[in-house]
Amino acid sequence: MQLDSLYQEIILDHYRSPHHAGLAEPYDVEVHHVNPSCGDEVTLRVELDGDTVTGVTHHSVGCSISQAATSVMTDLVIGKPVAEGMATYEEFLELMQGRGNVEPDEEVLEDGVAFAGVAQFPARVKCALLGWSAWRDATAQALAAREGVSNG
Amino acid sequence: MTDARTLSSPLDLQSVRADFPILSRELANGFPLTYLDSANSSQKPRQVVQALEDHYLRHNANVARAMHQLGAEATAAYEGGRDKVAAFIGAPSRDEIVFTKNASEALNLAAHTLGASLKPGDEVVISEMEHHSNIVPWQLACERTGATLKWFGVTEDGRLDLSTIDELLTERTKVVALTWVSNALGTINPIADIATKAHAVGATVVVDASQAVPQFPVDVSTLGADLLAFTGHKVVGPTGIGVLWGRYGLLASLPPFLGGGEMIEVVRMTGSTYAAPPARFEAGTPPIAQAVGLGAAVDYLTGIGMDKIAAHEQSIVEYALEGLKTVPGLTILGPKDATDHGGAISFELDGVHPHDVATVLDTRGIAVRAGHHCARPVHERFGVQSSTRASFYLYTTPEEVEALVDGLGFVRSFFKLA
Repeated sequence: MQLDSLYQEIILDHYRSPHHAGLAEPYDVEVHHVNPSCGDEVTLRVELDGDTVTGVTHHSVGCSISQAATSVMTDLVIGKPVAEGMATYEEFLELMQGRGNVEPDEEVLEDGVAFAGVAQFPARVKCALLGWSAWRDATAQALAAREGVSNG
Repeated sequence: MTDARTLSSPLDLQSVRADFPILSRELANGFPLTYLDSANSSQKPRQVVQALEDHYLRHNANVARAMHQLGAEATAAYEGGRDKVAAFIGAPSRDEIVFTKNASEALNLAAHTLGASLKPGDEVVISEMEHHSNIVPWQLACERTGATLKWFGVTEDGRLDLSTIDELLTERTKVVALTWVSNALGTINPIADIATKAHAVGATVVVDASQAVPQFPVDVSTLGADLLAFTGHKVVGPTGIGVLWGRYGLLASLPPFLGGGEMIEVVRMTGSTYAAPPARFEAGTPPIAQAVGLGAAVDYLTGIGMDKIAAHEQSIVEYALEGLKTVPGLTILGPKDATDHGGAISFELDGVHPHDVATVLDTRGIAVRAGHHCARPVHERFGVQSSTRASFYLYTTPEEVEALVDGLGFVRSFFKLA
């Protein structure tokens, strides 16, 4: 229950000036995700070029953890292959579900390591995952739409 | 900063708090628990937990259908809970008390059974300050029947906007379903006045009393409501039990809600007939131990005195409103004075999201609620996504309110706003 471990300076920086905030054109898919129990909302757009994530932009309403996690997520996935972004998500998820017992790999998670402290606040884990769930959904939809086109 | 302020309460808070062992818990980092989330769920006195334990350890069996000595004891205990609840809210008859699993189920029961006679052209009137459990069941009922949902708005100062009442309530209005005390704003609504107008157009009046029954004396025989719902866990009782009170004549005219054991008269493969209220609405094994616990809970509150609890709530709300007004950047949602104000205050703190407020307070042992409190429309009405809510009960002390005010100062300094 150490506040400073939850609210790392990196998190507060991302919260105050979130990266890739503001919905941009062009995009392939837009999704809107909410945490119904608390009301946090994110609208997120994804653009793919082949298997590479070329753009992720968002408009988020919510707490510092959800906004900062969404911001960090955009940095982690933009310019990377989809598969690498999904693998990064798995690693971030493992960190969040680790109750503080998982040592984060800064090589993979970059600023995401700052969220290690969130794992000790079970009520806040869902905040840190909101942006990620929106990105995964939008990306899956974008891939499925492309499959549909190439198969059709 | 607020040392000079005093609280005038008719309750001996020390002796009340001694009945609630959880209130003397120490939380992480050595902070004592400051429980300001009673509108979400109240804490339980030893007397209620002992009643539950005694029932389970000495008298447990199923009710009614169990034809042995323990069955008789369990039945007497369950029905005794009904008697106590009936007396607690002034119900003219014990048969007007229907036990459900919570207030949501009670309101769904009301919406389903009253909804059975709704048709296109009929109207149901609710308000913008309802809890989701008094919005969604009526939306569903209107979708099923083709009836139209209408609602009272909320004024800038957090009161029901009654200026439109004469347009809203017409001969088309079949149901008026309103909260007595707003769980988000704390507003106490003038139910009796609205009920008079609703009855004048022939509508049935349903009251969500989830935040009212815990806080002040309730007498359904004079209120003007036709159906009234509340929940056990907010009146220092157990979870898993709610209450729907209804005028007997109305209950007797309503169709069943859930089908199953004990709600029937005769079952044949070609069709069934149904038991009289309240059994008609209590299908399956009911919340037996919970009814015993709820009976002990209302006995406990009666022993303290609901009039004294109401006076204490009034004092502590006034005290808290004054204290919160000293916090820079804090905006109270809803009524800003203690007149007709229940024991919950929601607020915004400029520059800090409510979840972050709640988390920082939590690290100091202060439990509040953050979010939309299952009342999203009223938050939308005030142009906010969510809020922080502090709520009080018979065990809340002025020192706890001070801890909140100081805690909010700490939140501001932590987020570098002060």
